[in-house]
Amino acid sequence: MQTTSSKPPALGTPVGAAEIARWDISIPPSGAGLPAGSGSARQGQQVYEQKCLACHGAKGAGKPADALAGGVGTLASKTPVRTVGSYWPYATTLFDYVRRAMPINNPLSLTSDEVYAVTAYVLALNGIIGEDAVMNAQSLPQVKMPNRDGFVSDWPPRER
Amino acid sequence: MDEKSDGRRRFLAQGAALAGGTAFAALSPPGAAQEIAGQPWERVYGAPFTGYGQPSKFEAPVIRHIGRPYGDLAPGSGAALSPIESLEGIITPSSLHNIRSHSGTPDIDPKEHRLLIHGLVARPLMFTVDSLLSYPMTTRTHFIECSGNSSRATTPQPAQVPAGAIHGNAACSEWTGVPLRVLLEEAGVDASAKWLLAEGADSAHMSRSIPIEKAFDDALVALYQNGERLRPEQGYPVRLFLPGWEGNMSVKWLRRIKATDGPTHTKDETSKYTDPLPDGRSRQFTFEMGVKSVITRPSSTMTLPRPGLYEITGLAWSGAGRIQKVEVSTDGGATWTAATLLGEERPKSFVRFRLPWEWSGKPAVLQSRATDEKGRVQPPRKEWTARYSPDMRYHNNSIVSWAVGADGKVTHVYA
Repeated sequence: MQTTSSKPPALGTPVGAAEIARWDISIPPSGAGLPAGSGSARQGQQVYEQKCLACHGAKGAGKPADALAGGVGTLASKTPVRTVGSYWPYATTLFDYVRRAMPINNPLSLTSDEVYAVTAYVLALNGIIGEDAVMNAQSLPQVKMPNRDGFVSDWPPRER
Repeated sequence: MDEKSDGRRRFLAQGAALAGGTAFAALSPPGAAQEIAGQPWERVYGAPFTGYGQPSKFEAPVIRHIGRPYGDLAPGSGAALSPIESLEGIITPSSLHNIRSHSGTPDIDPKEHRLLIHGLVARPLMFTVDSLLSYPMTTRTHFIECSGNSSRATTPQPAQVPAGAIHGNAACSEWTGVPLRVLLEEAGVDASAKWLLAEGADSAHMSRSIPIEKAFDDALVALYQNGERLRPEQGYPVRLFLPGWEGNMSVKWLRRIKATDGPTHTKDETSKYTDPLPDGRSRQFTFEMGVKSVITRPSSTMTLPRPGLYEITGLAWSGAGRIQKVEVSTDGGATWTAATLLGEERPKSFVRFRLPWEWSGKPAVLQSRATDEKGRVQPPRKEWTARYSPDMRYHNNSIVSWAVGADGKVTHVYA
């Protein structure tokens, strides 16, 4: 009986850059990997009202799904309101999440222009950008979110 | 007892009276069928074999506690909690395992599913499920707990629901799979890679950032649960498993791992699964689940039928390693007694604790308090609450209190 090799079988197959690009949908704060395309809040309003409003309410007011707008200045209060505007540290996360998961009943259905536009709309609802500001691969990572410095990393872990 | 022995005496007398008859008559004495204390199911031929077993129909009430915060709009978004109040031992039956899903359970064909490992690696690699099944396997018993478990114990008034509906967003299974480090070494992770981005193939493409240290410590790419292939609700055909860390990070339906130089700051590690503090800031990347225990019996909504001897039992676990001790109080924390442990040799696993208790019939408040091998002790509820913003819903490992009334009714209280 031969039972000597402790080397794992190495069964992964090489994969090229073009195929990886079709799979890689995560967008870090640097904006690396953001696709071509663009959109403004004005354009995004239509997308929002057709595809987002039923769950997120008029102007991102929420119910039944999360509120997307408002709440700035409430985080240290007894009744904090955590929205994209008041809580999310990076605008890139909004693009990333809308593209990968929204609308909840039809994800991966929006064009890159639509994702940029609806991202712009939600940012504009919060007064973070203007209605005509164009979001694209260059401008989106430059957006400074109100709660950008509101997080304390616990990695590496504190002594407990 | 008396009735039974009477019956037996009568049967023997009848048998003796019949002994002189034919052999056939002796084997089937008239009227004997009514005399044997046999239940109806002892008198009919049983059900045939089935390919996949099911519990008794009489256990039908033992089901998961399902929470659907978005109702019919997104019926698969939310959580189904394990009915820990009805379970025993330390392994959770796969059918009663807790579930936390963001966009329902995908219907994945294992022949079509792929796992991509890329980013800061020398050789980006694609794996089929069949290829993953061909690696040497590692098997370990671990709990997994949603970071939002016990969030229902953060409401202003204590919820009067079964223990599992509050604390059942945790379960414990035997997991089998390939150590993640094996696949990362095959791809050749670059020294500049400090984090991984793990992503699921559900329609939420749920994604989390994971420090690379965890990948090279005890992370598994899991393929089997309790001896069989993963259940769809637990990530079939392949999931990540990060022992002791927020359940949300053990990404189900794993389709992609990207080696990166920093965290990606995904939606589920910024807007959710962050821990709000009283000053308005939030703690991010609090991965390890704290030391915790809960009495599962007696527990909320149960009734003790009479004073007398009961066994207090429950579950304890810690994301930091082994459980060192579990103490039980029946007087609201004034005095504590060490309980007997089962399974305490296993790190990051459920441990079952037991303690006999003579209930006098007077009101009592039952609590349990776990200590892990790092010396961390489960905090009182008030102490835990004071650390956070009023809307903190994650990592609630505070002491659980069940009050027993003079009428035997067990209620959930904040003590």
